[in-house]
Amino acid sequence: GYDQFVEIGRVALVKFGPEAGKLCVIIDVLDHNRVLFDGPAHIIGVHRLHIIFKRLALTAIIIAVLGEARVKILTKAFEEGKVLEKWNASSWAKKLAQKEKRSNFSDFDRFKSMLVNKKISSLVNKDLANLKKENKKSA
Amino acid sequence: GVGRLSRSAVFRKARRWAGPKTTKVVGKAEPASTAAVVKEVGGANNGGKRTIVPKTPKFYPAEDVPKPLRALHVNYTTKLKASIVPGTVLILLAGRFKGKHVVFLKQLSSGLLLVTGPFKINGVPLRRVNQSYVIGTNTKVDTSNFPNLDKYTDDYFKKPKEAAHKKSEEEFFAPEEKKKEIAPQRKDDQKEVDSPNLETIKKTPLLRQYLNARFSLTKYQAPHELKF
Repeated sequence: GYDQFVEIGRVALVKFGPEAGKLCVIIDVLDHNRVLFDGPAHIIGVHRLHIIFKRLALTAIIIAVLGEARVKILTKAFEEGKVLEKWNASSWAKKLAQKEKRSNFSDFDRFKSMLVNKKISSLVNKDLANLKKENKKSA
Repeated sequence: GVGRLSRSAVFRKARRWAGPKTTKVVGKAEPASTAAVVKEVGGANNGGKRTIVPKTPKFYPAEDVPKPLRALHVNYTTKLKASIVPGTVLILLAGRFKGKHVVFLKQLSSGLLLVTGPFKINGVPLRRVNQSYVIGTNTKVDTSNFPNLDKYTDDYFKKPKEAAHKKSEEEFFAPEEKKKEIAPQRKDDQKEVDSPNLETIKKTPLLRQYLNARFSLTKYQAPHELKF
């Protein structure tokens, strides 16, 4: 079943809209479609706002806040929960960062990464060819 | 698609029944001076002055003479794209060297860009290239080593005009000799421009290989999404 629920304290990633790509904490559930969320503003840059479920992607991180927590309390819980560290360590965040980096590649960067990929694949293919050879021999 | 107006409606609306477009000159063909001129006259008993009223000209054209419209064409050097700066690596998009990465040297007075391979790296000589057929990348080569480029102008690249002569029958059917000899001056100039650059290029790892490679799009690359 589902293990990540929309709940107060759940950290979510905004997928779509002007705040897209930013983390936020769900502070209150407004109705069956919407939640109230908050950055906190001075850490994340997202002010207290309501948003539709569909625009959120839930993460595995939860912090301990009560409903409609004030920004000061929210910030304290955010820092104690080490949300940003946990987020940046997650492979999801790393993939997003990598995607962002690649989209900003200059043509020269793309050329360099192409050479690296070529090298990697040639090493992999070499090993694969050796394994296939050994397999043939033993068979 | 289909236009809003029919052909006759366009004709009427564009006033094509009024004849070809000229500035309206009503009545007078040439603005002759009609002011009376007072001239000094010699002689004691002549009164000193004569007022001369110019006669109306004997000849005037039967129809209004159309004034030609002002010549609005102005010669100016094409504005360089912001991404193109001396030392920028450009991607050539058309022509014999399409896909090649070249180094931009300077803009010539005709608006064309002067580029070089450098020749030893990718075979592109000192060449003129149109800005429209070029992508400017973010990669730049240090320009402090560029030699003086003043002698490279449009005249330097102009093809010498060969005297046109009618070929005799034998000449016409003779196999064409395609020996294009490059002037030694050109070769020397190429070396002069390229050798300081080669040193600079060697300092950046993989830049030499990059300049030698040709640009191409792979399967999931869309040029409007790429950053250069």
